[in-house]
Parts: sequence; structure tokens; C-alpha cells
Amino acid sequence: MESYIGKIKEISERLLNDGTVECVVGFRKGTVALTNEPCMITKASDVQDLVWDENCRLNLANYLTGRKEKIAVIAKGCDSRNIVNHIIENKISREQLVIIGVPCKGMVDKNNPEVLQANCATCLHRNPVIYDELCADLVEEQKEVDRYEDVRKIEAMETQDKWAFFEDLLTGCTRCYACKNACPLCYCPTCFVDESQPQWIGKGTDPIDIRTYHFLRAYHCAGRCTDCGACEAACPQNIKMRHFTKKLEKDCNELYGWEAGLTVDQRPPLDSFKVDDPDKFIM
Amino acid sequence: MKVIKIDKNIWAGGIDSLRSGYRLFGPVMQGDAHEYKELTSDETPDMAYTNTRLSPKSVVFPQSEPMFTYSLDENNPEHHILKDAPKDYSPRAVIGMRPCDAKALSLVRMNFDTEEYRDPFWMNSYDATTFVGLACDSPCETCFCTSAGCGPYHEEGFDVLLSDCGDAYEAKALTEKGEKLLAAAGWTAEGDASVFEPKKAEAEAKIVCKVESSNLRGKNSLDLYDAPFWKELSFACINCGTCTYACPTCWCFDIQDENKGTEGVRMRNWDSCMTSLFTLHGSGHNPRDQKHQRFRQRFMHKLKYFVDKYDKGLMCVGCGRCVQQCPANIDIRTICNKMNGYEAAS
Repeated sequence: MESYIGKIKEISERLLNDGTVECVVGFRKGTVALTNEPCMITKASDVQDLVWDENCRLNLANYLTGRKEKIAVIAKGCDSRNIVNHIIENKISREQLVIIGVPCKGMVDKNNPEVLQANCATCLHRNPVIYDELCADLVEEQKEVDRYEDVRKIEAMETQDKWAFFEDLLTGCTRCYACKNACPLCYCPTCFVDESQPQWIGKGTDPIDIRTYHFLRAYHCAGRCTDCGACEAACPQNIKMRHFTKKLEKDCNELYGWEAGLTVDQRPPLDSFKVDDPDKFIM
Repeated sequence: MKVIKIDKNIWAGGIDSLRSGYRLFGPVMQGDAHEYKELTSDETPDMAYTNTRLSPKSVVFPQSEPMFTYSLDENNPEHHILKDAPKDYSPRAVIGMRPCDAKALSLVRMNFDTEEYRDPFWMNSYDATTFVGLACDSPCETCFCTSAGCGPYHEEGFDVLLSDCGDAYEAKALTEKGEKLLAAAGWTAEGDASVFEPKKAEAEAKIVCKVESSNLRGKNSLDLYDAPFWKELSFACINCGTCTYACPTCWCFDIQDENKGTEGVRMRNWDSCMTSLFTLHGSGHNPRDQKHQRFRQRFMHKLKYFVDKYDKGLMCVGCGRCVQQCPANIDIRTICNKMNGYEAAS
């Protein structure tokens, strides 16, 4: 994917020079191995700083929330789906954006560059779903990947085993909130974890509070999560919290035939009501 | 200064001897990384670690710590009276701590042990602890301790410093506490003090990353505060607590009352200046409601306000944890260099 950067720079420079946009949101070279840093370029002469490779893990839609400028944003498949979410949820307007689409071949795992990041290995939308410019030809989408193998394994567990699995999964969580802060969906002005009237959960390291945080956050992402993997990429403790969001993604897929962020023309299932909506899960 | 040689074949036995007199803490593999934890009776510290993900500050300053207990039951004659939470301040020892983390505790002490205030929880834990260091012969590429008033053989804050010499450790007793621990472990063989200087020089030479901070003391705080680079530098920051929780010198905490029925515990939990809630006033006003303001606060505190207030160098020991773990690649080395080189327009 390194070969994309020439075109990315060319498009960015043109958009800045002709005044189409005020800034370009992309990545610049990181200071440590296997890391790049999200950046905002405002001068055409600075487009040389832009990079693109397999270490652009963070989701750049997260950097668009509530901005007022005219922005060009570099968007791989999942970023573009979160941009769609942002447009639907009025976090940015389509007119503000020039989307420079990146046909993505997957990010590498931050701890093992020999393999793809877990979500990328089973990604079905590598190509941007919405874009104004493209930095390369579209790539072939992966077929015959089993997106929910790991979810089914957990679904099949006995209750006690499932509980033990989740307890083990969350060991080490320090409540740093890197997962929610890296997530483009988590833009509430005050997150429920910070509410004090009433205070929903404690702020310490009690496992009950840690679980409550992760469970509730996952539910807030139901029908919205694009499985971009920014949460896991951001987690300094390498917690695999996608196990939660993927289960909800699978449910949304099975119940409503829904995949988040594919179109701006349809309201998400949890944001709308239809008479024939399934209701078997209501007790 | 006494130097003791500890053959590695008597190391585990000595650790076992310490268990009756000390609660032992040390680096052990937890999941996919080393962390400090209290050792169970069958655990020994894994001295082959490079560094831990979190610093050992939690040994004296746990992330969540009960301070007091109380009752809200008005039938209880002592209702609404804060009582000391049960504590264990019996002797404890951290085995195999890096010099950067020991220096960090010395810096943090300046906050918890002042002429006006003496934080009993932090100080009682600190005083109860014997710190046994392990010098760094193979630093990480993100280490910059030699630019932060520290180094791979820095002795500040330690009671004992170990140097790994292959089949044996050379152990330098730096305090009476340290001598007591070595004796309790049964380690008495005379060591060779001359190994430390050359090994120190060799280890320091391996730390190639340099950060410039010599100009910071002379800078005008308001010039730095008003410098034009904060928004740009903070763009990528997601305002999580990764850096503050990983940092051995971050000491901020929040106090929370946690009630269950009529019984409650007053807790203190690590807090992070990177969060908006950190400075939210009861009135609803927030003096740092913008990302770049919180970002600026963290670096100004570590690299300028602390420097000015104590004249003891940076509030950073160059351990590199924040650099390694930041999800957005915010790099304190870059920021320190930028602040150090900044000249305000006249």
C-alpha cells in the first residue's frame, strides 16, 4: 500500500492549492516502529509529511467529529463506513468532506507485523463505500471469510465458562478509556462513565465496574460498529474487546440483515421502527 | 558501601528466605507482558524482563485504594464518622525494579511528603518498602533516561542495586534497609564493587536517544503556554489515560465515596489530567474543556511547572512507557525538544 502515497499527496496538494479544502486529515510517520500518527495538514507544502502503510490503524473518522472546516480525509474501507455513520448521526456533513478513498489491503497487527490485524483478516469492505477521489484501483474484496467463528465459539459456551472467558478477557483493564476514545462512535459530550448525577458506575478497578463499562459501551455501539478495530489497536493492555462488539454486529446482521455504515440513505435498525421488526429477544 | 555477590544458584533460596519477613513484589509475566504484582509463595520475580507495561508505582500507590470506611446507618452511634480503612504496612520489598522507576518514586515523594502535608497512605507504604533495583544492561529503544536526570545504573531511591553479571548478581547495598534485606536473604559473600563503573558506562552508551531540556528552566512559562504549537502537537491525541496510568511520575488521584446500602468506603483512584472530567467544576465551568488545553497541561506540568517549582529537573525519568504505549504516537521526546527549542517572538 506504500505505493498509494504518491497519489494521496498529489490529490491532497491539489485540494489544498485550489482551496477546495482547508485541511487534509491523514497520517504522518510515527516516531516508534509500527506506528503512524494521525495528523492534519493545512499547507500544500506539508503534504510531503503524509504517509500510508499497514500501520495506519486508527480510524480517521474519529478526527472529524464536530469539525467546522472543509476537510479532505483519507479513508480506508472502515473509515469510510464510519464517515457514513457520522453523516447519518449529524456529526459532520457530507458537503464538508472530500473523501480520498484508500482501497485497503489490511493493517498489520501492532504486536506482530507478520500477520494482519484480526478485524482486517475477516474484513468484507476493504474498499471505501463512499469517496470523491481514489488513490488506487479498487481491490478485490475478500470472499469466503468466516466473520463470526470466534463469536460462535463463545455463544456455544456454558454460562459459567462464558463468564470466566469474559473475566479473563478484561483482566488488566485500567479504565484508561483508550478504546472508547479511539472509537468514532464514542462522541457523547459526557460519557456515561463520567456522569455523576446519577453516577452509573464506580471509577475504580472493581471488576464489576470494569465489566459494566465494557458491556455498556458495547451496547452503545450496536448496529453502529464497523469493526474497524481501532479499540483493540489503541488498547495498551491488548484487551480484545471486539468480542463484545462483534457479537452485537452478528446479531444486527442476523436480525435485521444490517451492516453498519454502508449507505447514507437508510436509517440504522436501532434508530428506526418497522412493524415487522423481530422481537423474539424481548423477554 | 557494601557489595555482596549473589550466585544465581542461591538466588531463589534467598528469595524464599525473604518471604517470612517481607511481602514480596516483582515483575512476572501477566498475559502477554510483564507487570509488577505481589508474589505468591511459589512465584519468583522474572529477572529476565525488559520492562513492565505499568510502572511499580502501584506498590505504594494502588490504582484504587480504600482510605476510610463509614456507616450511613443513623442507628449506629458512630454513623458518618470516617474510620481508617484496614491496612497492611508490614515490611514489603520490590525485587527487580528499574532505576527509572525508583527515581520516579523519589520525584513523586516531593508531592506526597512536604513540609505542610504528609500523605499517610503513600508514605506509610513507601516507608514499609525496601527497593531492590536491577540495573539495565539492555535498554529499550524508547529509553531516554540519561536525558532525564537518570540512567541505567542510577541509584537514587534504591536500597539495593543489582547488576546482572552472568552467573551471579553483584548487589550494592545503598542503605541500612538494603543491608538488612541482603542479610535476611542469607546473601553474605563479598562482592566486587569494581564491576559497576564499567558496566554503567557500557549501559549508558547504549542509550542513544537524547532529549534536550536544558533551556526549559530559563523559559518564560507564559511564553510556552501561549506557544503556537499546542493544537498541532495535540491533534492526534485521543485524550485517554494511557500515558498517565503508565507513567511512574503521574501522581494525581480522585476521591470517591462508594456506598453499598448504608455502608461506605472512601476510595482514592488514579486520575488523569487528560480527561475533561479532571477539571470540571461544580458550576459546570471547565477551565480545560479543549483537548489541546489538557494536552498542554500534562507536558507543561512535567517539563516546566515541576522544573520551576522544585528545581530538581524534569518530572519525567525517561522510561519511555508513554512513548511505547500511546495509541496515537504522542511522543514526549518530540514535545520536550519542541518546548526546549521554542523562542517566543519578541
